[in-house]
Amino acid sequence: MSASSLPDLAGHFGRYGGRFVPEALIKALDELDAAYRSAKQDPEFQKTFEGLLLNYAGVPSLLYRATRLSEALGAEILLKREDLNHTGAHKVRNVLGQALLAKRMGKPRVIAETGAGQHGVASATAAALLDLECVVYMGETDTQRQALNVARMRMLGATVIPVTNGSRTLKDALNEALRDWVSTVETTHYLLGTAAGPHPFPELVRDFVGGIGVEARAQCLEQLGRLPDAVAACVGGGSNAIGIFHAFVPDEAVRLYGFEAGGDGVETGRHAASITGGSVGVLHGNRTYLLQDDDGQTIESHSISAGLDYPGVGPEHAWLHDTGRAVYEPVTDAEAMAAFQLLCRTEGIIPAIESSHALAGVAKIAPRLREELGRTPTIVINLSGRGDKDVHTAGAYFGILDQVETVVPGENT
Amino acid sequence: MSIAETFAKAKAENRSVLVGCMPAGFPTVDHSIEQMIAMHEAGCDVIEVELPYSDPVMDGPVIQKASDIALANGVRTRDTLKIIDAVSSAGATVVLMTYWNPIEKYGVDAFARDLAAAGATGLITPDLIPDEAAEWIAAADAHRIDRTFLVAPSSTDERLAMTLAHCRGFVYATALMGVTGARTSVSSQAPELVQRIRAIDPEMPIGVGLGVGNGRQAAEVAAFADGVIVGSALIRCVLDAGDRTTALTDLRALSAELAEGVRKR
Ligand SMILES: Cc1ncc(COP(=O)(O)O)c(C=O)c1O
Repeated sequence: MSASSLPDLAGHFGRYGGRFVPEALIKALDELDAAYRSAKQDPEFQKTFEGLLLNYAGVPSLLYRATRLSEALGAEILLKREDLNHTGAHKVRNVLGQALLAKRMGKPRVIAETGAGQHGVASATAAALLDLECVVYMGETDTQRQALNVARMRMLGATVIPVTNGSRTLKDALNEALRDWVSTVETTHYLLGTAAGPHPFPELVRDFVGGIGVEARAQCLEQLGRLPDAVAACVGGGSNAIGIFHAFVPDEAVRLYGFEAGGDGVETGRHAASITGGSVGVLHGNRTYLLQDDDGQTIESHSISAGLDYPGVGPEHAWLHDTGRAVYEPVTDAEAMAAFQLLCRTEGIIPAIESSHALAGVAKIAPRLREELGRTPTIVINLSGRGDKDVHTAGAYFGILDQVETVVPGENT
Repeated sequence: MSIAETFAKAKAENRSVLVGCMPAGFPTVDHSIEQMIAMHEAGCDVIEVELPYSDPVMDGPVIQKASDIALANGVRTRDTLKIIDAVSSAGATVVLMTYWNPIEKYGVDAFARDLAAAGATGLITPDLIPDEAAEWIAAADAHRIDRTFLVAPSSTDERLAMTLAHCRGFVYATALMGVTGARTSVSSQAPELVQRIRAIDPEMPIGVGLGVGNGRQAAEVAAFADGVIVGSALIRCVLDAGDRTTALTDLRALSAELAEGVRKR
């Protein structure tokens, strides 16, 4: 049922993926690959992983029929409620899987990069639960716009290291995590936060979050008696999108839509749309689409959403794009924020700004699909996270914050 | 002089080769040319030009900072080729070190062609392993550019053998598990790695890098390696100097000290 033939043994999805990293990391990647393959075959490991998801993370997440949103968008909308997971996003699935793997490999320390802070919080959570030391690298710009998540990570016992080089965002945090890993690889697992990076990360992360799609598919069959017409997700590095897409890839009648962060608009150059506004190259260990100039220097991305503010994308999405199996489109900051507000007002759900990109994308494709199918389309949207962390950003965007001095907890500790 | 000739000459003189690194265009194109020629004149046998890159994951703070300055001052890939041309015309043996994406963007074969035309003899690829290098290997062969891949203390014997089989000119042994930057002591992992390489390929010249900062350390590394690679300490001469004259004076002095070091094995 699942298209599990890719990647090949060296981590290639067609021409994408692979390993573009210093030789010093190859042994660790090989060990990780071997540990992952043995864990995959080990019923005991799978049982522990599934047990944690069920009893700790609150998975399977609901598939919720959003009636008022459906009315507003002219489509039958089902929301995959990853926002209800423990720690508030789909990311918890990946971190629990990888933290268990770190344990299995006997590594007492995990490091992570984070943009919005969601992956950092999830990593700190899993590290606390499984008694691992945790260090999180976070761009200084992001520590400022996601100060609450910085405090959360510290509460959970993690060390947060603000990264002050380059653009001071997610890509620089990732560079710094890789630099740490080169020096500490004997004792440390790099808990990479998205379905990108060198092999085996894109495959391993996909598999750990792949339950999203497996559950959504079964829930559709149970609730509707059929599969949806389309599945949609936002795409940063691509984990929540590949997580919900993967189980549907063989179902050729189900359209797959990935919505990238269009920032101020792809035509302005200020965006984070790697597939729709970038070109093929090598970044952070894999060949994929990325934002780069004529010399192959990475261009800084821009998005109102810290979690999508990344100039690359996972290699499997590059491949799904080239083969045409999935369709990728950009969504601007303004469109995403309008959809954010719409979900708040129609359903009483405050979504993550990341996930709001998926909602906004569906608002755009729903009329097209309706016309194409000649009936009301049924669309599953991955609501990858909740918006608690974004209250400040969204409040400022909508101009609804009272003018009081903001106290940032944990900032001076 | 080719890389092979440079290593052969040093061997005949019973010493190691000194490889000095400097980012292209740091702080400006003209200044970097001046600096590299000064290093060459003061005793660096090989000038390793580094192509500044936005995401240098193998590099510590010093090289990151120098690369950022070069990029902020507008250095382009074509400038790097111009710099190589100028420095090799001044008589230096030049190799280029670069992360992979700028080459892929330029066009792999076109880059090998233009690199050879500029007078470089080799290319060091810190984030390109032979497993992913088929296109580069073909282009390097076609344009007679020596290929230097990296090996590390963590490399298995199997990977050492595979990587050595794909190296031409010399192999770059990263002396420790970590990023670039001068260290107070030279890694104890390095001699063992060199021994393991020699056991597999006794002929391949071995350059050892990461951490060497002064003449004493250069001598320590020269005692067991064919080449001593120095980067951050040289770059720091430029970063720390208040003015051009001081930068060049300090660069010459450190190059001379290191050159003496590689002769004291
Ligand atoms: C809620 C949420 N959705 C999506 C993303 C984007 O990541 P990915 O594309 O890997 O799902 C993030 C990243 O932080 C996130 O927090």
